[in-house]
Amino acid sequence: MSNTVHDMGGMHGFGPIEEEANEPVFHSRWESRVYSMNRAMGPLRLWSIDEGRAAQEALPPHVYLACSYYQRWLLGLESRVLKHGIVTEEELAIGKSLNPTQRPRRIFQPEDAKALTRGNYAREPEESPKYIVGDQIRTINSNPTSHTRLPRYARDKVGNIEAIRGCHVFPDSIAVGMGESPKWLYTVVFEAQTLWGNDAEPGSSVSIEAFEPYLVPA
Amino acid sequence: MNEDSKREPHTHGVGDMSELTDVQARAKSLETVLSEKGYLDPKALDAIVEAYETRIGPHNGQRVVARAWTDQNFLASLLADASAAVNSLGNVSPVGSHLIAVQNTSECHNLVVCTLCSCYPWEVLGLPPSWYKSAPYRSRAVIEPRRVLSEFGISLPKTTNIRVWDSTAETRFLVIPMRPTGTEGWTEEELAKLVTRNSMIGAGLALEPEQKS
Repeated sequence: MSNTVHDMGGMHGFGPIEEEANEPVFHSRWESRVYSMNRAMGPLRLWSIDEGRAAQEALPPHVYLACSYYQRWLLGLESRVLKHGIVTEEELAIGKSLNPTQRPRRIFQPEDAKALTRGNYAREPEESPKYIVGDQIRTINSNPTSHTRLPRYARDKVGNIEAIRGCHVFPDSIAVGMGESPKWLYTVVFEAQTLWGNDAEPGSSVSIEAFEPYLVPA
Repeated sequence: MNEDSKREPHTHGVGDMSELTDVQARAKSLETVLSEKGYLDPKALDAIVEAYETRIGPHNGQRVVARAWTDQNFLASLLADASAAVNSLGNVSPVGSHLIAVQNTSECHNLVVCTLCSCYPWEVLGLPPSWYKSAPYRSRAVIEPRRVLSEFGISLPKTTNIRVWDSTAETRFLVIPMRPTGTEGWTEEELAKLVTRNSMIGAGLALEPEQKS
Protein backbone atom coordinates (compact mmCIF):
# COMPACT_ATOMS: atom_id res chain seq x y z
CA MET A 1 0.00 0.00 0.00
CA SER A 2 1.36 3.41 -0.65
CA ASN A 3 -1.38 6.03 -0.27
CA THR A 4 -2.25 5.26 3.32
CA VAL A 5 -1.64 6.78 6.73
CA HIS A 6 1.91 5.57 7.26
CA ASP A 7 2.89 8.16 4.63
CA MET A 8 2.31 11.07 7.00
CA GLY A 9 4.86 13.68 5.92
CA GLY A 10 3.09 17.06 5.80
CA MET A 11 -0.20 15.91 7.36
CA HIS A 12 -1.93 18.19 9.84
CA GLY A 13 -3.80 17.46 13.03
CA PHE A 14 -1.62 15.08 15.03
CA GLY A 15 -0.91 17.67 17.70
CA PRO A 16 2.20 18.61 19.65
CA ILE A 17 5.33 16.49 19.90
CA GLU A 18 5.51 14.99 23.36
CA GLU A 19 8.86 14.14 24.87
CA GLU A 20 9.04 11.63 27.68
CA ALA A 21 11.60 12.45 30.38
CA ASN A 22 14.07 9.65 31.16
CA GLU A 23 12.44 7.31 28.68
CA PRO A 24 13.51 3.68 29.12
CA VAL A 25 14.75 1.64 26.11
CA PHE A 26 11.61 -0.52 26.40
CA HIS A 27 8.48 0.37 28.38
CA SER A 28 7.58 -3.22 29.12
CA ARG A 29 8.83 -6.73 28.60
CA TRP A 30 6.50 -7.54 25.71
CA GLU A 31 7.93 -4.62 23.72
CA SER A 32 11.43 -5.99 24.16
CA ARG A 33 10.27 -9.46 23.09
CA VAL A 34 8.50 -8.13 19.99
CA TYR A 35 11.54 -6.09 18.99
CA SER A 36 14.00 -8.92 19.56
CA MET A 37 11.79 -11.44 17.76
CA ASN A 38 11.81 -9.20 14.71
CA ARG A 39 15.59 -8.81 14.93
CA ALA A 40 16.14 -12.56 15.34
CA MET A 41 13.82 -13.51 12.48
CA GLY A 42 15.32 -10.99 10.05
CA PRO A 43 18.61 -12.83 9.39
CA LEU A 44 16.71 -16.02 8.45
CA ARG A 45 15.96 -14.17 5.22
CA LEU A 46 12.42 -15.48 5.03
CA TRP A 47 11.37 -12.00 4.00
CA SER A 48 12.99 -8.67 3.22
CA ILE A 49 13.03 -5.53 5.34
CA ASP A 50 10.61 -3.92 2.90
CA GLU A 51 8.20 -6.82 3.09
CA GLY A 52 8.24 -6.15 6.82
CA ARG A 53 7.44 -2.49 6.25
CA ALA A 54 4.73 -3.40 3.74
CA ALA A 55 3.09 -5.70 6.32
CA GLN A 56 2.67 -2.75 8.71
CA GLU A 57 1.50 -0.43 5.95
CA ALA A 58 -1.20 -2.96 5.05
CA LEU A 59 -2.87 -2.50 8.45
CA PRO A 60 -6.19 -0.64 8.09
CA PRO A 61 -5.57 3.10 8.62
CA HIS A 62 -7.49 3.35 11.88
CA VAL A 63 -5.66 0.31 13.29
CA TYR A 64 -2.28 1.68 12.18
CA LEU A 65 -2.94 4.99 13.90
CA ALA A 66 -4.33 3.45 17.10
CA CYS A 67 -1.39 1.05 17.44
CA SER A 68 1.73 1.85 19.38
CA TYR A 69 5.02 1.35 17.57
CA TYR A 70 5.62 -2.13 18.97
CA GLN A 71 2.00 -3.17 18.52
CA ARG A 72 2.52 -2.51 14.82
CA TRP A 73 5.70 -4.59 14.89
CA LEU A 74 3.78 -7.42 16.53
CA LEU A 75 0.91 -7.33 14.04
CA GLY A 76 3.40 -7.10 11.18
CA LEU A 77 5.36 -10.13 12.39
CA GLU A 78 2.17 -12.15 12.95
CA SER A 79 0.99 -11.43 9.44
CA ARG A 80 4.33 -12.48 7.93
CA VAL A 81 4.66 -15.80 9.75
CA LEU A 82 1.09 -16.60 8.76
CA LYS A 83 1.63 -15.56 5.15
CA HIS A 84 4.81 -17.62 4.88
CA GLY A 85 3.06 -20.68 6.31
CA ILE A 86 5.36 -20.93 9.32
CA VAL A 87 2.52 -20.87 11.84
CA THR A 88 -1.26 -21.13 11.62
CA GLU A 89 -3.99 -18.95 13.08
CA GLU A 90 -4.92 -21.82 15.36
CA GLU A 91 -1.39 -22.13 16.73
CA LEU A 92 -1.24 -18.41 17.48
CA ALA A 93 -4.63 -18.60 19.16
CA ILE A 94 -3.61 -21.38 21.56
CA GLY A 95 0.07 -20.40 21.85
CA LYS A 96 1.36 -23.87 21.00
CA SER A 97 2.88 -25.54 17.97
CA LEU A 98 0.53 -28.19 16.57
CA ASN A 99 2.52 -29.31 13.56
CA PRO A 100 6.28 -29.34 13.29
CA THR A 101 7.30 -27.33 10.26
CA GLN A 102 10.65 -27.66 8.53
CA ARG A 103 13.23 -26.08 10.78
CA PRO A 104 15.57 -23.45 9.40
CA ARG A 105 19.16 -24.68 9.08
CA ARG A 106 20.58 -21.95 11.28
CA ILE A 107 18.77 -19.57 13.57
CA PHE A 108 19.87 -16.41 15.36
CA GLN A 109 22.16 -17.48 18.23
CA PRO A 110 22.76 -15.60 21.50
CA GLU A 111 26.36 -14.88 20.43
CA ASP A 112 25.09 -13.26 17.22
CA ALA A 113 23.83 -10.40 19.40
CA LYS A 114 27.46 -9.33 19.82
CA ALA A 115 27.45 -7.94 16.31
CA LEU A 116 24.04 -6.41 15.64
CA THR A 117 25.25 -4.37 12.70
CA ARG A 118 23.13 -3.41 9.73
CA GLY A 119 23.19 -5.34 6.52
CA ASN A 120 24.60 -4.01 3.29
CA TYR A 121 21.92 -3.09 0.77
CA ALA A 122 24.36 -1.99 -1.94
CA ARG A 123 24.56 -4.22 -5.02
CA GLU A 124 26.64 -4.37 -8.18
CA PRO A 125 25.11 -1.98 -10.69
CA GLU A 126 24.15 -3.21 -14.14
CA GLU A 127 24.28 0.29 -15.60
CA SER A 128 25.91 3.58 -14.71
CA PRO A 129 23.80 6.15 -12.88
CA LYS A 130 21.58 8.23 -15.14
CA TYR A 131 22.12 11.43 -13.14
CA ILE A 132 25.08 13.29 -11.73
CA VAL A 133 25.34 15.57 -8.73
CA GLY A 134 23.78 18.95 -9.54
CA ASP A 135 21.26 17.62 -12.05
CA GLN A 136 17.75 18.97 -11.79
CA ILE A 137 15.13 16.23 -11.80
CA ARG A 138 11.42 15.83 -11.37
CA THR A 139 10.00 13.03 -9.25
CA ILE A 140 7.40 10.87 -10.90
CA ASN A 141 3.70 11.12 -10.27
CA SER A 142 2.76 7.61 -9.22
CA ASN A 143 0.22 6.05 -6.91
CA PRO A 144 1.03 2.35 -6.67
CA THR A 145 -1.18 0.11 -4.54
CA SER A 146 1.99 -1.79 -3.60
CA HIS A 147 4.92 -0.69 -1.42
CA THR A 148 7.00 2.33 -2.40
CA ARG A 149 9.45 4.65 -0.64
CA LEU A 150 8.54 7.78 -2.59
CA PRO A 151 6.42 9.80 -0.14
CA ARG A 152 3.31 11.53 -1.46
CA TYR A 153 4.52 15.01 -0.53
CA ALA A 154 7.55 14.54 -2.80
CA ARG A 155 5.82 13.22 -5.92
CA ASP A 156 5.81 15.23 -9.15
CA LYS A 157 8.18 17.82 -7.68
CA VAL A 158 11.34 19.42 -9.06
CA GLY A 159 14.50 18.95 -7.02
CA ASN A 160 18.25 18.59 -7.31
CA ILE A 161 20.56 15.63 -7.06
CA GLU A 162 22.85 16.29 -4.12
CA ALA A 163 24.61 12.93 -3.75
CA ILE A 164 24.77 9.47 -5.28
CA ARG A 165 24.54 6.85 -2.53
CA GLY A 166 25.32 3.72 -4.54
CA CYS A 167 23.19 1.09 -6.21
CA HIS A 168 20.75 -0.43 -3.70
CA VAL A 169 18.10 -3.13 -3.40
CA PHE A 170 14.89 -1.61 -4.81
CA PRO A 171 12.12 -1.67 -2.16
CA ASP A 172 9.26 -1.42 -4.67
CA SER A 173 10.44 -4.65 -6.29
CA ILE A 174 11.58 -6.80 -3.38
CA ALA A 175 8.53 -5.99 -1.25
CA VAL A 176 6.29 -7.70 -3.83
CA GLY A 177 8.53 -10.71 -4.35
CA MET A 178 9.98 -9.48 -7.65
CA GLY A 179 13.61 -9.70 -6.58
CA GLU A 180 16.21 -7.16 -5.54
CA SER A 181 16.31 -5.38 -8.91
CA PRO A 182 19.04 -2.96 -7.69
CA LYS A 183 18.67 0.70 -8.58
CA TRP A 184 20.83 3.78 -8.13
CA LEU A 185 19.99 5.74 -5.01
CA TYR A 186 20.29 9.53 -4.79
CA THR A 187 19.83 12.22 -2.18
CA VAL A 188 17.40 14.64 -3.81
CA VAL A 189 16.81 18.07 -2.26
CA PHE A 190 13.67 20.17 -2.66
CA GLU A 191 13.16 23.76 -1.62
CA ALA A 192 10.40 23.92 0.99
CA GLN A 193 8.48 26.32 -1.30
CA THR A 194 8.41 23.63 -4.01
CA LEU A 195 6.81 21.15 -1.63
CA TRP A 196 4.50 23.36 0.41
CA GLY A 197 3.97 26.48 -1.69
CA ASN A 198 3.09 29.64 0.18
CA ASP A 199 2.68 27.70 3.41
CA ALA A 200 6.37 26.77 3.47
CA GLU A 201 8.59 28.08 6.25
CA PRO A 202 11.23 30.38 4.79
CA GLY A 203 14.82 29.16 4.65
CA SER A 204 14.23 25.44 4.71
CA SER A 205 14.70 22.50 2.40
CA VAL A 206 13.87 18.81 2.56
CA SER A 207 15.71 15.86 1.07
CA ILE A 208 14.56 12.34 0.36
CA GLU A 209 16.59 9.31 -0.57
CA ALA A 210 15.23 8.55 -4.04
CA PHE A 211 15.71 5.49 -6.23
CA GLU A 212 16.37 6.16 -9.90
CA PRO A 213 12.95 4.90 -11.13
CA TYR A 214 11.37 7.66 -9.00
CA LEU A 215 13.08 10.32 -11.15
CA VAL A 216 12.81 11.82 -14.62
CA PRO A 217 14.85 14.68 -16.09
CA ALA A 218 13.28 18.03 -15.18
CA MET B 1 -17.67 -7.00 13.07
CA ASN B 2 -19.16 -10.14 11.56
CA GLU B 3 -20.01 -13.35 13.43
CA ASP B 4 -16.97 -15.24 12.15
CA SER B 5 -14.50 -12.70 13.40
CA LYS B 6 -16.13 -12.76 16.83
CA ARG B 7 -15.20 -16.40 17.16
CA GLU B 8 -11.74 -15.92 15.72
CA PRO B 9 -9.22 -14.66 18.25
CA HIS B 10 -6.78 -13.57 15.54
CA THR B 11 -8.69 -11.35 13.22
CA HIS B 12 -5.95 -9.92 11.04
CA GLY B 13 -6.70 -6.82 9.09
CA VAL B 14 -10.17 -6.46 10.56
CA GLY B 15 -12.07 -3.26 10.95
CA ASP B 16 -12.42 -3.32 14.72
CA MET B 17 -9.85 -2.64 17.39
CA SER B 18 -9.99 -6.03 19.11
CA GLU B 19 -6.51 -6.92 17.94
CA LEU B 20 -4.97 -4.21 20.06
CA THR B 21 -6.05 -5.87 23.26
CA ASP B 22 -4.11 -8.50 25.08
CA VAL B 23 -0.90 -7.61 23.35
CA GLN B 24 1.25 -9.27 26.00
CA ALA B 25 -0.49 -12.59 25.53
CA ARG B 26 -0.17 -12.37 21.78
CA ALA B 27 3.54 -11.59 21.96
CA LYS B 28 4.05 -14.51 24.32
CA SER B 29 2.05 -16.81 22.10
CA LEU B 30 4.04 -15.87 19.01
CA GLU B 31 7.34 -16.35 20.83
CA THR B 32 6.29 -19.76 22.17
CA VAL B 33 5.10 -21.07 18.81
CA LEU B 34 8.16 -19.82 16.93
CA SER B 35 10.49 -21.26 19.59
CA GLU B 36 8.74 -24.65 19.57
CA LYS B 37 9.09 -24.76 15.81
CA GLY B 38 12.79 -24.04 16.02
CA TYR B 39 12.75 -20.54 14.50
CA LEU B 40 13.73 -18.67 17.65
CA ASP B 41 15.97 -19.23 20.63
CA PRO B 42 14.56 -17.25 23.61
CA LYS B 43 18.12 -16.87 24.92
CA ALA B 44 19.02 -15.07 21.71
CA LEU B 45 16.12 -12.67 22.34
CA ASP B 46 17.50 -12.01 25.84
CA ALA B 47 20.89 -11.26 24.30
CA ILE B 48 19.41 -8.79 21.78
CA VAL B 49 17.48 -6.96 24.51
CA GLU B 50 20.56 -6.81 26.69
CA ALA B 51 22.61 -5.39 23.82
CA TYR B 52 20.18 -2.49 23.37
CA GLU B 53 19.86 -1.90 27.10
CA THR B 54 23.63 -1.76 27.58
CA ARG B 55 26.08 -1.62 24.67
CA ILE B 56 24.09 -0.03 21.83
CA GLY B 57 22.93 3.46 22.71
CA PRO B 58 23.59 7.17 22.28
CA HIS B 59 26.89 6.89 24.17
CA ASN B 60 28.33 5.58 20.90
CA GLY B 61 27.19 8.63 18.98
CA GLN B 62 28.50 10.89 21.75
CA ARG B 63 31.99 9.44 21.34
CA VAL B 64 31.85 9.85 17.58
CA VAL B 65 30.84 13.51 17.87
CA ALA B 66 33.42 14.26 20.56
CA ARG B 67 36.15 12.82 18.33
CA ALA B 68 34.87 14.80 15.34
CA TRP B 69 35.03 18.00 17.43
CA THR B 70 38.65 17.41 18.40
CA ASP B 71 40.18 15.79 15.32
CA GLN B 72 39.83 17.50 11.93
CA ASN B 73 41.13 14.44 10.07
CA PHE B 74 38.55 12.24 11.74
CA LEU B 75 35.81 14.77 10.93
CA ALA B 76 36.85 14.68 7.28
CA SER B 77 36.73 10.86 7.16
CA LEU B 78 33.42 10.86 9.01
CA LEU B 79 31.85 13.18 6.45
CA ALA B 80 33.36 11.13 3.60
CA ASP B 81 32.35 7.65 4.85
CA ALA B 82 30.77 7.56 8.29
CA SER B 83 30.51 3.76 8.53
CA ALA B 84 34.25 3.32 7.90
CA ALA B 85 35.20 6.23 10.14
CA VAL B 86 33.14 5.00 13.08
CA ASN B 87 34.56 1.51 12.72
CA SER B 88 38.07 2.97 12.89
CA LEU B 89 37.40 4.09 16.47
CA GLY B 90 38.20 1.63 19.20
CA ASN B 91 35.67 2.84 21.77
CA VAL B 92 32.45 2.60 19.73
CA SER B 93 30.48 -0.59 19.00
CA PRO B 94 30.70 -1.61 15.32
CA VAL B 95 28.35 -0.25 12.66
CA GLY B 96 27.25 -1.73 9.36
CA SER B 97 26.73 -0.03 6.04
CA HIS B 98 25.22 3.24 4.88
CA LEU B 99 25.78 5.55 7.83
CA ILE B 100 26.00 9.21 6.77
CA ALA B 101 27.16 12.06 9.02
CA VAL B 102 25.86 15.57 8.43
CA GLN B 103 27.40 18.59 10.10
CA ASN B 104 25.55 21.52 11.63
CA THR B 105 27.01 24.96 11.00
CA SER B 106 25.83 28.49 11.61
CA GLU B 107 24.55 28.47 8.00
CA CYS B 108 22.72 25.15 8.07
CA HIS B 109 20.98 23.12 10.78
CA ASN B 110 20.18 19.49 9.94
CA LEU B 111 17.13 17.63 11.24
CA VAL B 112 16.48 13.91 10.66
CA VAL B 113 13.07 12.25 10.33
CA CYS B 114 11.51 9.17 8.78
CA THR B 115 8.06 10.14 7.54
CA LEU B 116 7.20 6.66 6.19
CA CYS B 117 8.17 4.51 9.18
CA SER B 118 10.77 5.20 11.88
CA CYS B 119 14.21 4.64 10.31
CA TYR B 120 16.91 5.71 12.75
CA PRO B 121 20.66 5.09 13.15
CA TRP B 122 20.22 2.37 15.80
CA GLU B 123 23.90 1.43 15.89
CA VAL B 124 25.12 4.84 17.02
CA LEU B 125 22.03 6.16 18.86
CA GLY B 126 20.28 3.02 20.11
CA LEU B 127 16.52 2.65 19.67
CA PRO B 128 14.61 5.84 18.91
CA PRO B 129 12.67 7.74 21.58
CA SER B 130 8.88 7.57 21.36
CA TRP B 131 8.53 11.12 20.06
CA TYR B 132 10.70 10.27 17.02
CA LYS B 133 8.31 7.42 16.12
CA SER B 134 5.17 9.44 16.78
CA ALA B 135 2.73 10.78 14.19
CA PRO B 136 3.19 14.41 15.32
CA TYR B 137 6.93 14.35 14.63
CA ARG B 138 6.76 12.25 11.45
CA SER B 139 4.05 14.46 9.97
CA ARG B 140 5.35 17.88 11.01
CA ALA B 141 9.16 17.75 10.70
CA VAL B 142 9.09 18.11 6.91
CA ILE B 143 6.47 20.86 6.66
CA GLU B 144 7.22 23.04 9.69
CA PRO B 145 10.72 22.19 10.93
CA ARG B 146 11.32 25.60 12.52
CA ARG B 147 8.16 25.33 14.57
CA VAL B 148 9.06 21.75 15.52
CA LEU B 149 12.49 22.91 16.67
CA SER B 150 10.89 25.68 18.72
CA GLU B 151 8.86 23.03 20.57
CA PHE B 152 12.18 21.42 21.45
CA GLY B 153 13.30 24.79 22.80
CA ILE B 154 15.53 25.68 19.88
CA SER B 155 15.29 29.06 18.28
CA LEU B 156 17.67 29.40 15.34
CA PRO B 157 18.63 32.72 13.77
CA LYS B 158 16.71 33.50 10.57
CA THR B 159 20.02 33.33 8.72
CA THR B 160 20.40 29.65 9.60
CA ASN B 161 18.75 27.47 6.99
CA ILE B 162 17.12 24.24 8.06
CA ARG B 163 17.69 21.07 6.12
CA VAL B 164 15.38 18.15 6.85
CA TRP B 165 16.57 14.65 5.92
CA ASP B 166 13.73 12.21 5.29
CA SER B 167 15.18 8.71 5.77
CA THR B 168 13.34 7.03 2.91
CA ALA B 169 15.97 4.35 2.10
CA GLU B 170 18.57 2.27 3.98
CA THR B 171 20.91 5.22 4.43
CA ARG B 172 20.95 6.47 8.04
CA PHE B 173 21.85 9.93 9.26
CA LEU B 174 23.84 11.11 12.26
CA VAL B 175 23.87 14.85 12.96
CA ILE B 176 27.12 16.36 14.22
CA PRO B 177 25.97 19.28 16.37
CA MET B 178 28.01 22.47 16.64
CA ARG B 179 30.67 22.42 19.32
CA PRO B 180 29.75 24.83 22.10
CA THR B 181 32.04 27.79 22.66
CA GLY B 182 34.06 27.86 25.83
CA THR B 183 35.12 24.22 25.50
CA GLU B 184 38.62 24.82 24.16
CA GLY B 185 41.07 22.33 25.56
CA TRP B 186 38.40 19.95 26.84
CA THR B 187 39.08 16.22 26.58
CA GLU B 188 36.95 13.94 24.42
CA GLU B 189 35.43 12.41 27.55
CA GLU B 190 34.37 15.83 28.84
CA LEU B 191 33.05 16.91 25.46
CA ALA B 192 31.02 13.71 25.03
CA LYS B 193 28.95 14.71 28.06
CA LEU B 194 27.70 17.77 26.19
CA VAL B 195 26.37 15.71 23.28
CA THR B 196 22.70 14.90 23.84
CA ARG B 197 20.80 12.28 21.92
CA ASN B 198 18.43 14.91 20.55
CA SER B 199 21.35 16.98 19.29
CA MET B 200 22.45 14.02 17.14
CA ILE B 201 18.98 13.90 15.54
CA GLY B 202 19.00 17.66 15.03
CA ALA B 203 16.15 18.15 17.52
CA GLY B 204 18.49 19.73 20.03
CA LEU B 205 21.77 21.55 20.43
CA ALA B 206 24.81 20.36 22.34
CA LEU B 207 24.74 21.44 25.97
CA GLU B 208 26.58 24.59 26.99
CA PRO B 209 29.56 24.05 29.32
CA GLU B 210 27.57 25.25 32.34
CA GLN B 211 24.79 22.72 31.57
CA LYS B 212 27.12 19.71 31.73
CA SER B 213 25.59 17.01 33.87
